[in-house]
Amino acid sequence: MKKYEKIIEAFLLICATVATLSVFLITFFIFKEGLPILKEYGIIHFVFGKTWSPTNGSYGAFPMIMGSISVTLGALIIGVPMGISCAVFLAEIAPKSIVKIFKPAIELLAGIPSVVYGFFGLAILVPLIRMHILPIIQKFNGEAYTSGYSILAGAMILAVMILPTIVNISENAIRSVPIEYKQGSLALGATQFETIIKVILPAAKSGIITSVVLGMGRAVGETMAVILVTGNMPKVPGSVLDSVSTLTGTIAMEMGYATPTHQKALFATGVILFVFIMLLNVSATWTMKRLGGE
Amino acid sequence: MAVNTKVYIENWMRGKGKKKINIKEKMALTWIYLVAVLTILALLSIVGYVLLNGVKHINLDFFMQEPKSMGRKGGIFSIIVGTIYLTLVSIAIATPIGVASAIYLTEYAKENKLVKVIRFGTETLAGIPSIIFGLFGFVFFVIFLKLRWSILSGGLTLALMILPTLIRATEEAIKTVPQSYREGSFALGATKWQTIVKVVLPSSTSGILTGLILGIGRAVGETAAVMLTAGSSLGVPKSIFDPARTMSVHLYLLASEGLSKEKTFATASVLIIFVLCINFIANMIANKYIKNTKAIS
Repeated sequence: MKKYEKIIEAFLLICATVATLSVFLITFFIFKEGLPILKEYGIIHFVFGKTWSPTNGSYGAFPMIMGSISVTLGALIIGVPMGISCAVFLAEIAPKSIVKIFKPAIELLAGIPSVVYGFFGLAILVPLIRMHILPIIQKFNGEAYTSGYSILAGAMILAVMILPTIVNISENAIRSVPIEYKQGSLALGATQFETIIKVILPAAKSGIITSVVLGMGRAVGETMAVILVTGNMPKVPGSVLDSVSTLTGTIAMEMGYATPTHQKALFATGVILFVFIMLLNVSATWTMKRLGGE
Repeated sequence: MAVNTKVYIENWMRGKGKKKINIKEKMALTWIYLVAVLTILALLSIVGYVLLNGVKHINLDFFMQEPKSMGRKGGIFSIIVGTIYLTLVSIAIATPIGVASAIYLTEYAKENKLVKVIRFGTETLAGIPSIIFGLFGFVFFVIFLKLRWSILSGGLTLALMILPTLIRATEEAIKTVPQSYREGSFALGATKWQTIVKVVLPSSTSGILTGLILGIGRAVGETAAVMLTAGSSLGVPKSIFDPARTMSVHLYLLASEGLSKEKTFATASVLIIFVLCINFIANMIANKYIKNTKAIS
């Protein structure tokens, strides 16, 4: 009987290591495929090379890195103030009945497949930017032009997609601020808004930062929504109305027809993305722990 | 004194405080309200817009017919078959592993180095973006293991993607089973494994089910990884070694190639309705489950 139990325990342990083993396998295979070209081409050359033209055999990932960074920054600029405001609203201002409707709605927002967001962006945002936002910008700058497929469109769609992450984690952080802090501030004569800005938000800092970093990870890693609205032009962008291609988008678009060397270059792009995401995730965990994850 | 504070706080919560609220305060609060309303509007407009344009094109023929001329005409029959096939395969692979991992982590693991590594690995797996899973699935399952573009390759890749969700949900469910249940079972002479199979798991079914349903939602919604591992062929798959096209991949190809507006909207609507159902069922099970655990304790 004892032996039988031991075998089961060993079997369960093996199952429990599957997830960890696959992380190792994923890391190993992505690097194995991607590193040779990084070495051959030179990491600096690959990362800062400005032309991505697989047909001519030149692989410079800089335009895509800039593309990913610009779309992500745009999404954060739009999404973070919205997300934190929503979190404050849910945790501090809204009555329970509204929270009860609001929270499932946000959850639903998180559950919608990314390709649906992309399709919505393609059908609504891209024409909107081309037909309504462009004329406004042209009044100030006559030379401005856009097809609608742009950083702006990508940033707007990504902003909506990272909202659930930011709202949920920030809201939890705000709710876990001890009530005494709030009472103390109010007793000193501060108004509700002053209390929120000067006491509650600073106290919930670590959770809020974590939520932003995780949202950033989601934005950088997002593929399908971005691919449909950014236009996929491997060119260093000059303005928010330019088309860009991102690291993720390039991999997804070109993998299907890539020649062997081209494929290796896409894996190298994957290596850059992977390293970047891992750094973000580790720093999110670190902020959570370091800045007092009470 | 304490009572006064409480009354004051309560009044303040209702916005009936004695203090005059100045303009800046009002503006700030209005801003927060506005943003909140805007968020809900964004959600409603995305879901509403797609459904309004898509639902009218959904009918029985749309479900029962094969796609014709690359999806411009006809329905999505083979795509539904492919989606169901792929989802079932991924769930069939991920569920036993996920549940077993969760059992090990909650019932057996002591806090040593190995367990820490396992926890860290599981967390890391959850943070890997889908396109990386796609690349890995392509080079490992499709090429290295020679499974080609097939439902099996796609299913294995998806299984890895939903594994962290499943483990977490099952762990949470098992943790809520009261210790007294286990003690009762041990007292009756049951072994640890008997206790787990006959007592712990049955009392945490609904939690495991919720995790499973969320996993299904993720599997159905996933696009990038599936495209790189299961292919995008339009035929009805006959076995798990055949390639298949899922609903999300179909939606992507329709949208990016601008093949047919109405079919695109209809496919997107089917996806959204599916996700709505998934969310609804998951919430229902979770609520029932919370009630049950409350009744116990």
